[in-house]
Amino acid sequence: MAISRRTFLKGSLAAAALAAAPAPPAAAAAEESLATLIDIRKCIGCGSCVAACREANADRFPEPQKPFPRMFPARVKVSDWSERREVDDRLTPYNWLFIQQARVVHDGREIELTLPRRCMHCVNPPCVKLCPWGAARQTPEGIALIDPEICLGGSKCKSVCPWDIPQRQTGVGLYLKLAPSFAGNGVMYKCDRCRSRLAAGGLPACIEACPEEVQTIGPRPEILARARAIADEIGGFIYGEHENGGTNTIYVSPVPFEILNRGIETGEGRPHLAPVPDMMDEANRLAAALAIAPLAGVAGAALRLVSRARGNTPSEESDER
Amino acid sequence: MNADAQVPARPTAPGRAARWAFRGLVFLLALTGFGQLPIYNRYYLSDLPGCGWLADYWATRLVHYLAAALFLALLAHAATLYLAARRPRRLRLSRSGALRAGLLAALVVSGGLIVVKNFPGVFFSDALVIAVDLAHLGAAAAFLLAQLIALIGRRPWVEQAA
Repeated sequence: MAISRRTFLKGSLAAAALAAAPAPPAAAAAEESLATLIDIRKCIGCGSCVAACREANADRFPEPQKPFPRMFPARVKVSDWSERREVDDRLTPYNWLFIQQARVVHDGREIELTLPRRCMHCVNPPCVKLCPWGAARQTPEGIALIDPEICLGGSKCKSVCPWDIPQRQTGVGLYLKLAPSFAGNGVMYKCDRCRSRLAAGGLPACIEACPEEVQTIGPRPEILARARAIADEIGGFIYGEHENGGTNTIYVSPVPFEILNRGIETGEGRPHLAPVPDMMDEANRLAAALAIAPLAGVAGAALRLVSRARGNTPSEESDER
Repeated sequence: MNADAQVPARPTAPGRAARWAFRGLVFLLALTGFGQLPIYNRYYLSDLPGCGWLADYWATRLVHYLAAALFLALLAHAATLYLAARRPRRLRLSRSGALRAGLLAALVVSGGLIVVKNFPGVFFSDALVIAVDLAHLGAAAAFLLAQLIALIGRRPWVEQAA
């Protein structure tokens, strides 16, 4: 069952009245990825979700050591947001969710829309799968997270993220204990959909704080079904069902996303709403070739042995280096 | 150790082709494998003419997969020929060959696990992800070192059994 803030609170109160613990959404769908539905029509841009996110995660924000290590080579720039922690109109290491504003013309009408933006939590997240250290991980609940204890801040996760979501803070993390001038550059930060709150049976802070119930969380198939039902009802559009092979953040909008994408400010820390192909799929499709290759090698060798046995090929030398 | 008394000094044409294919693929796999670390752009290597693609993680990953498929075919080919020739020609892996073969096996196993991990819906434990990533990187570095020592010292893969 998908859970919004109101139904969650009702359920919790009822459960308390019955002296029974409320079922946490994560436990209710332990075998399934949880996705969030963001109904753009409902968002009023009040920023309650942003404030709640900052408050809920404040104790996890970086406290960098200064002065920063001298970086080598000189082209490596430090990324320091510690003096600009108040910035909340884009993603930063201290702001994992922001409100994006769109002013568009659709069907001859000028429309202003606002939407919360954060990590899309891809079904097959490149940030997780391609992290060279295993610092980024995905939970069975569909959360993509970065472990600040292991991350070296190389920013590969951001390079491979179709939306450039993770944000770096220099002067913090494991790289300081290794070779800080030559490898690494801090820690990457982003939304982990309030993993610990979910594990404790709660809701992500942004969902709980929203006065308009813009967001709903539940098993991905249910969330997708709800998104499709809303889209059918309003003649709307869905973003996240297929983008990058599918994400666990699903947006529903009354305006086509290609129009919305033209109406938002995009750039550093401000993700787009453009179509995204499945970035992991291209190489993954080569897995069959990897499986077949040894068989081809054995078959080739067998043919060569047969040919040699018939006296067609000279005997092979064996001291190749 | 060299079994040059029993083994022809000059390889056949297919043997030479296999040797150069092996070296070329090792180079390509190492180049694209280390390209998975954020170092080529930082250290200007991708600024070299014709090397811009090395800073593109998607391009290096794709080439790494393609090269790995060819490398697996070559390994299987060589292993089959060795197993077929081992008894009739009384061959065995030299110490250097055994070490390199073991490291190649570690690379293949850890690489296979990484390929599996990269599919959607596959969840490895935190410890396994880190162990596999570090094992692949460590085995690659150790193999390259062992291969370099073998090349310099002209140490063969196989030797004549006693």
